[in-house]
Parts: sequence; structure tokens; C-alpha cells
Amino acid sequence: MSKIIIIDDEPLARSITKEYLAKHPQLELMQECNNGFEGLKAIQEFQPDLIFLDIQMPKINGFEMLELIEQPPSVIFTTAFDEYAIKAFEAHAIDYLLKPFNQERFDKAIAKWSEQKLSNTAKTTQDLLESASHSPSQNQRIVVKNGTKIKIIPVHEVQYLEAADDYVKIHTAEGYFLKNKTMNHFENTLDGQQFVRSHRSYIVNIQQITRIDPYEKENHVAILRSGIKVPVSRSGYGKLKEVLGL
Amino acid sequence: MSKSPLSIVRFRIIFILCWLVMVADHIMVLHFFGLPWQAAIIDSAISNSLLLLACILVMNTLRYYLPRGKQYINIFSICLFLTIIWLLLTKLLLKLALEHYPGYNELLQQSLSIRFSISFLLLGCVTMISILWFNQLEQIEFEERKTDAEKLAKEAELFKLRQQLQPHFLFNSLNSINALIGNRPEEARKMVQQLSDFLRGTIKKEETQWVTLQEELQYLQLYLDIEKVRFGNRLTTAINIDETSFQLKLPALLLQPIVENAIKFGLYDTTDETLIELYASRQENDLVIKVTNPFDPETSSPKQGAGFGLKSIQRRLYLLFARADLLSTDIKENIFTTIVKIPQHNI
Repeated sequence: MSKIIIIDDEPLARSITKEYLAKHPQLELMQECNNGFEGLKAIQEFQPDLIFLDIQMPKINGFEMLELIEQPPSVIFTTAFDEYAIKAFEAHAIDYLLKPFNQERFDKAIAKWSEQKLSNTAKTTQDLLESASHSPSQNQRIVVKNGTKIKIIPVHEVQYLEAADDYVKIHTAEGYFLKNKTMNHFENTLDGQQFVRSHRSYIVNIQQITRIDPYEKENHVAILRSGIKVPVSRSGYGKLKEVLGL
Repeated sequence: MSKSPLSIVRFRIIFILCWLVMVADHIMVLHFFGLPWQAAIIDSAISNSLLLLACILVMNTLRYYLPRGKQYINIFSICLFLTIIWLLLTKLLLKLALEHYPGYNELLQQSLSIRFSISFLLLGCVTMISILWFNQLEQIEFEERKTDAEKLAKEAELFKLRQQLQPHFLFNSLNSINALIGNRPEEARKMVQQLSDFLRGTIKKEETQWVTLQEELQYLQLYLDIEKVRFGNRLTTAINIDETSFQLKLPALLLQPIVENAIKFGLYDTTDETLIELYASRQENDLVIKVTNPFDPETSSPKQGAGFGLKSIQRRLYLLFARADLLSTDIKENIFTTIVKIPQHNI
């Protein structure tokens, strides 16, 4: 028996997936979820083997939800996204079902998943997320887990990012939040006109900078509106000057 | 600003060669009339250098100011004026430099008319060539602008088509119908009908067409019914229309995108039930429509949430009325309100 969860914000969309799923007695539907929050809870509770996941959902989308899970299950996307938009994730998802889809197509996706599970070539959901993070809606906000709560940080509220071992500290006016990602990830996904890698371990929101002062020889320091000082390396200074048009 | 013909190396070389020929010719002629070599060279250098300056002045002036249509008199008088100035200046300098040569003054006096006519002709030629050159450049630029504008118009049209088709909405609706077919075929049939009527409404109406609020509301109802099937009881709507405003007019296909925007904003920014309210009334000469949706002020800045949908509506209103103040938004706690005014007098 494999455990399944369906996450979709449209009830009829869930019901058709459920209907198709009924033809596969070896798959047991544990729960249907209305949105990403319910999805997260259900995934933690049931540890499913496979989830059917819609992309556009309230508050946090399918990708953002996956990002918050430490070991995400296998994913089959069910979405009305056009093919072009979904192409980027094709390489990493088990499969994606473009709505509306029929039983035959659904069975094929299930077969693909079983095959991969048997041959142990299952694609990691981590790779999927890395490619998904380049989609446009992703660089407008950062979703983090704060204890059991989920926090959505609009990027304009981010003051600066700081490397901290395997995590990145996201500093805002309310304090900092941790996200299990690399500095390179943020450097690549955040808007380069707003966020500049000022230092190996720092990315700064240029809208927060009030001035840049020299600091020791060859180095600089950016002073933010909140008074915090962010280190600026020599190459970082060059990048800052370019973006600020100095 | 257009490029001067002298910015092209080939033309620059030709120009300088011509000038050198002029200089040499000038020296030969003066020497032939009995002036010693040295004096002839000085004379030629002074007059031709000044002439060169005059030519460059004309070219540069035309770069910024190109005469339009039948302003040939102007060009003629400018050339004439410039030649006179040139002649006076040349005469002054030549006198200062070469007065001590015996017989030079007489030669200068006699040759003034020839000097004048040759310079006038040359300056005239340079002016004509420059005008032709700059006119052609302008023509090329105009053509480029035209193709650019055409390209933009085509892109906009394609975009509009894609917007009209609303693939996301369409495919999700088809998916809902697919789900209904199995268990509730009657409802599926109804939804197919609604979706068809809605799409037909999108296609048959021109964006410049004006319709009454009542017609637009019927069209909106089709859309709302479909969305309610899709989202179940998460979506509720309340429509409050002032009796007097049913017959007021508005541009076709304007109301539905506003409501669609509010629904998307509301549904995707909260996980609770979403109530969308629509009010319409007459205020002075305007039809005023208000649409409200809930949102989460903590996580989304309404600017982003309101997003693209409103921008294109704002653009349309601007194109129709040449006013940027017809669309406004308002935030009270967790309620986002979109307000649209539609002037009634100029229909």
C-alpha cells in the first residue's frame, strides 16, 4: 500500500483526481487538502509516498509548500499552467498532469512513478525546487517556517541576508528567519536590481542602504536605515556601484 | 540627433581632398595673376580655412535644424549672409597679412566678386548635400520607428487575444466539467452552456462598444456562476445595484476583468471564505462601480496583489477617456476596494 495525498484548492479538481485514483487499489488516499497549509500538516502527519499537487493555490503555492518540507515526497503536479511554463520542471517532477486530463493519462503518470520507485531512480524533489525557484512569482516573497508557523516575507521587507552554515539568515525589521538554502540560490533568484551580493556572506537590499562608508583598507561597509552595518567586499563594492549607478 | 556626413571616414577623406584641391587651385590662379608663391600660399590658406569653417558651421547647424517644406528662401539667405560675412572677414585678414606686397590691394579689390561667387556656389553645394543627407537619415529613422510601432501593435494584439482566451480559467473550468460529467451530468451540461455563453460574449464584443450596466451584469453573472462551481463555497458574491444605474453605460468587457481581479486577489491571498461585493450607483455624471475583496495585509502589499489586471484596466480607461483618475483603490483593514468611475456625458 502506498500513501497518497491530494492538494488542490478546487473541490471538483480534487474529486476527479480521487475518481481516477479509485482505479488503483494499491494506492490509499489519506487526505484531500484545500491549500498548502493543510497540505503541510497532512504530509507531516501521514508521510505520504506520493502527492498530487496543484501549483496555483491560496497564500503559498505548490512550490513554496514543497520548500518547507525537509524530505519532500514524490510529486505529480496537476495544473492548468500552460505547457511552456511547466516545461522547466519537467526534468525533475515525476510527471505533470495538465488539466483537464483523462484516466489514461493519469494511469500513465502512476506507472511512471511506480517504475521510478522500483528502479530507485526517483528524481529528487530538491532538484525540482531549485528549478522552480526561477519562476517569476517566486522572487516576490520568501516563505519560511518559524517554529510551527509559516511566515511569508515580501521581499521588500527583507533588509539583508546573511550566510549561516547550511542556512541563510533572512533579516527583517521583526528579526531574522532561517531558510535551508544557499547564498547562491538567493543571489540567483532575487531581483538583481534590488538585491546585491555585497560580500561572500551577505546579500543586501539596496533600498535599505542609507550610505556606504570606507572601512579599513580596501573594504567598505553599507549602513542600512535600521543602523545595521553590512560588510562590503572589494568586488561587492563594484557590484553595488554598478547597480546604484555610481 | 543625426550623424553628420563627416562622421563617415570615406566622406571625410573626400571632403578633405576636395578642400586640398581648392587650396592648390587657388594658389595656382593667384600665382598666374602675378602674385609671388609665398603671398599666393598665404592668401589661399586664409581664405580657404575661413571657407572650411563656414562649411562646417552650415553642416552642424543643419544637423540640429533641418528646414521643412518650402523654406528654400531661408537657406538661400543663410548662404548669402554667410558668404558676405566670410568675404568681409577674409578681406580684413588678407589686408592685414599681405598689404605690403606691391599691387596686392588692387588684385584683392578686383578679385572680390570672383571670390564671392565661387564661395557662394561652394557653400550652396555643401548646404544642399547636407540637407539631402540629413533628410535621408530622418527618413530612415522614421521607417524604423514605424516598423517598431507596428511590431508593438502586433504584440499588443497577440497579448489581448491571449488574455481573451484566458487559458488558465478555461482549462480549470474544463477540468471542473470533466469532474461533474461522472457524478452530476446535469450540472456539467449547465456549466458547458455557461462557459460557451461566456466565451461567446468575450469574442463577439468589441472593446470599443458601449453596453448598459444591465447587459454587462448578465455577462458577469455567467462568469461568477462558473467560478462558484470551481471554488465551491469558498466564493460568495453580493451585488448591490442602485435602481437608477441599470441603464447607465460602460465600455464592454470592462466590469468582468475588474471582478476577476478581485476574485483572484481574494481567493489566492486568503484561505478562508472569500466574499466579493459589487456596488454600482450614479454619482453626478458618473457611473461609479466599487468592487471589494478581502486580503491579508500582513503578507501582501496590495500594490503587488492588485497586480497586472488593474494596470491593463487603467490603460484602457486612459485610452478611452484620456484620464488617469478614473480607477482608484482603497484599503480598509483587510478589505481592498477597487473603484471605477465611468463618465456618462460623452457617449
